[in-house]
Amino acid sequence: MDIDLITQVLFAAIKTGTPLLFVALGEAICEKTGVLNLGQEGMMLMGAVVGFMVAYGTGNAGLGLVGAMLIGCVMSLIFGVLVLHLGANQVATGLALTIFGTGLSAFIGTSVVGKTLTGFEPIAIPLLSDLPVIGKVLFSHDPLVYLAIALALVIAYVANKTRIGLTIKAVGENPHAANAIGIKVLHVRYLAVMFGGAMAGLGGAYMSLVYTPMWVENMTAGRGWIALALVVFASWRIGNIMLGAYLFGLASIMHLVLQGMGWSISPNLLAMLPYVATIVVMVLISADKYKEKLLAPRSLGKPFDPRQMA
Amino acid sequence: MSETLKSQNSSPRLELLNITKQYPGCLANDQICMTLMPGEIHALLGENGAGKSTLVKTIYGVVAPDSGNIVWDGADVQIKSPAIARDLGIGMVFQHFSLFETLTVAQNIELCLSPSQLAEIGDLDARIRELSSRYGLNVDPTRYVHSLSIGERQRVEIMRCLVQSVKLLILDEPTSVLTPQEVAGLFDVLRQLSAEGCSILFISHKLHEVTEICDNATILRSGQLVADCVPKNETPATIAKLMVGDLAEQDAGYEKAHGEEVVFNAQKLTLAAKQPFGTSLKDVNFSLRKGEILGIAGVAGNGQEELMSIISGEDKRNLKDTLFLSGKDIGTLSAGARRKQGLAYVPEERLGRGAVPDMSLSENTLLTHSAGFVKAGLVNWNAVKQYAKSLINQYSVKCHGESAEAKSLSGGNLQKFIMGREIGQQPKVLICAHPTWGVDVGAALAIHQALLTLRDQGASILLISEDIDELFLLADRMAAVCNGHLSPVVRVEETSIDQIGQWMAGTFIETDTTSEAHA
Repeated sequence: MDIDLITQVLFAAIKTGTPLLFVALGEAICEKTGVLNLGQEGMMLMGAVVGFMVAYGTGNAGLGLVGAMLIGCVMSLIFGVLVLHLGANQVATGLALTIFGTGLSAFIGTSVVGKTLTGFEPIAIPLLSDLPVIGKVLFSHDPLVYLAIALALVIAYVANKTRIGLTIKAVGENPHAANAIGIKVLHVRYLAVMFGGAMAGLGGAYMSLVYTPMWVENMTAGRGWIALALVVFASWRIGNIMLGAYLFGLASIMHLVLQGMGWSISPNLLAMLPYVATIVVMVLISADKYKEKLLAPRSLGKPFDPRQMA
Repeated sequence: MSETLKSQNSSPRLELLNITKQYPGCLANDQICMTLMPGEIHALLGENGAGKSTLVKTIYGVVAPDSGNIVWDGADVQIKSPAIARDLGIGMVFQHFSLFETLTVAQNIELCLSPSQLAEIGDLDARIRELSSRYGLNVDPTRYVHSLSIGERQRVEIMRCLVQSVKLLILDEPTSVLTPQEVAGLFDVLRQLSAEGCSILFISHKLHEVTEICDNATILRSGQLVADCVPKNETPATIAKLMVGDLAEQDAGYEKAHGEEVVFNAQKLTLAAKQPFGTSLKDVNFSLRKGEILGIAGVAGNGQEELMSIISGEDKRNLKDTLFLSGKDIGTLSAGARRKQGLAYVPEERLGRGAVPDMSLSENTLLTHSAGFVKAGLVNWNAVKQYAKSLINQYSVKCHGESAEAKSLSGGNLQKFIMGREIGQQPKVLICAHPTWGVDVGAALAIHQALLTLRDQGASILLISEDIDELFLLADRMAAVCNGHLSPVVRVEETSIDQIGQWMAGTFIETDTTSEAHA
């Protein structure tokens, strides 16, 4: 492989990993408070279609992003009311949300299928983008790639260094104890769920506004599920989530590159590569069972009802 | 201890006026009135379910009372949340600790402080270290809570209150999880706090502790205030009577029984410890006769747990020619197969080993008692439910019926249920560890009666307990364990607390040095 190809592969890897990173960051915060939302795929698709329609209708891609985040919030709020307020099963409700989002996005998106628009243009960062290889790989992306990285850094700081992060962790580990010391558990969980929804919407909008600027039914192709797996395999650590997302991006690109190079392996097998590679690496990273146990939010998936405290 | 302080500040720190709280189906607090002076150590006594926890949670703002007033330092207050309680200077140490295991000590403490309090303190680690040395708490702010022992965790909880310059400290059954040495340390801290003018509200089941440390006591029964008393003028027996009403015949002195026929014996039981800090069993020999209770005394961690798990079959290492039930070698059988041979087992840990927390009582019944309820792989649920119901009635288990989850029961009630389940199988041998640990006086009495009835029906019972009074009350013969060695077995009439106490310290061990005993 020549240097140009490597540069292009790495550039594309970061782009491909970006929607995954958005979704996984949101879900990580949500899960850290003890709520498992399997509706990521549905929220992503709704974000993708609404983002595209708003951008197409107004001609403003920025408004499209806002619309995508709002619809993600609304979707997650439906989930939140069901599981937090009414104590519904989180797994079943999340699955229902995905099915609902998949169907609804296909339904409302029929009018814009096949339409195109210009999304976000790349912004080359002055000076840095002139560096050989790295300049192209890291510093000549569209603004959302930078946004994802910035968000990851901010979230890592908030989760590990601030009182907010401490509160999130406390709620996720032991909601009863958190309630006893006066933390409003449901409050924290609602906010985390809505944050997760907005991030999933953003991830979806990246697909329809930047990655392939158009709307196609079911265009996220399981990325919501990969993001969910990523969060677990990364042991809820923001750094690992970032690594995993870009790794998935790299493997996705590699399977196209390998096909292009004329490898005689079935393309169907190669298409498995990103999923298998990401999971294998993440499992290896988190092999220390004892340490992992401490990182997992202990109340994950369990409903909490403050009224039951006798 | 702080008479001068009390006379100086003659106005009460806290007054409760007619506090009433109604839960669906039960009146938890019925017009409770109570007064606490600065520096006073006040006991709140009552059986499980008497309303003690509800009352303290009302003071701490976790539970909102239906009616009644709380007066704090002479002013009417509404304590709507724990944060408000903490701002007033009320701190609480919970029975089930409210610590976060994946956070450090300092982070746990930080979560309880408001930003302004935090700013006032400045360097939290330094403050924790300072208080730690002042009160002898020995708390390291940088350690993760999951690496701390139970006693250390409790000290973290107390520290959490001290950091906020507490004026009233509430402790919900603080001693039930501590070793005697840790209890003595806790009392030193409480006395020091009291001398500095901090009021202490102390919930306990252990009556001799209350008479030792408390200035005053309030006794609740079924949500009602039945008496106020000065514990120093009472005996544990008179207080117990106030707590449970007329049925408290503590230390009644039961008849002893002595069987002849050997039902179960352990021969030359030697076993290396499985856990890193476990105790190895060393040449343990004893036999259990028909119709007797054999009590085994000992300080926790001297091999009791290992002995229990190898007899019950929970420890899966096969041991040939060491354990015999009715002459049959059971050392190689699984736990389930041993149960089928007539061995029943009541472990120390009720939730998690004695019962599955998230399963209903009838499902928990089926776990060890499936005979007659399962035909061709199908469960006769109606029969199971009927049977669970009969256990609930027979042992007066307080719960919401047979479909209540095991975790919804209080410790004493769950223990009564588990005991009933095991006894209901009419075992030849019952192994029973700490049966009345953390159980209130009334339930303990019921459990004692059940054990004695089982013995009189001809079963053999191996009773392992750290409560030496209980052993003398129930056991027919006794022995002690120390560092994995078992002392000689003697008749209870022929021994004394003094001798058993010496055995617990290891004086019977000849070849080994006793210095390594876990004292």
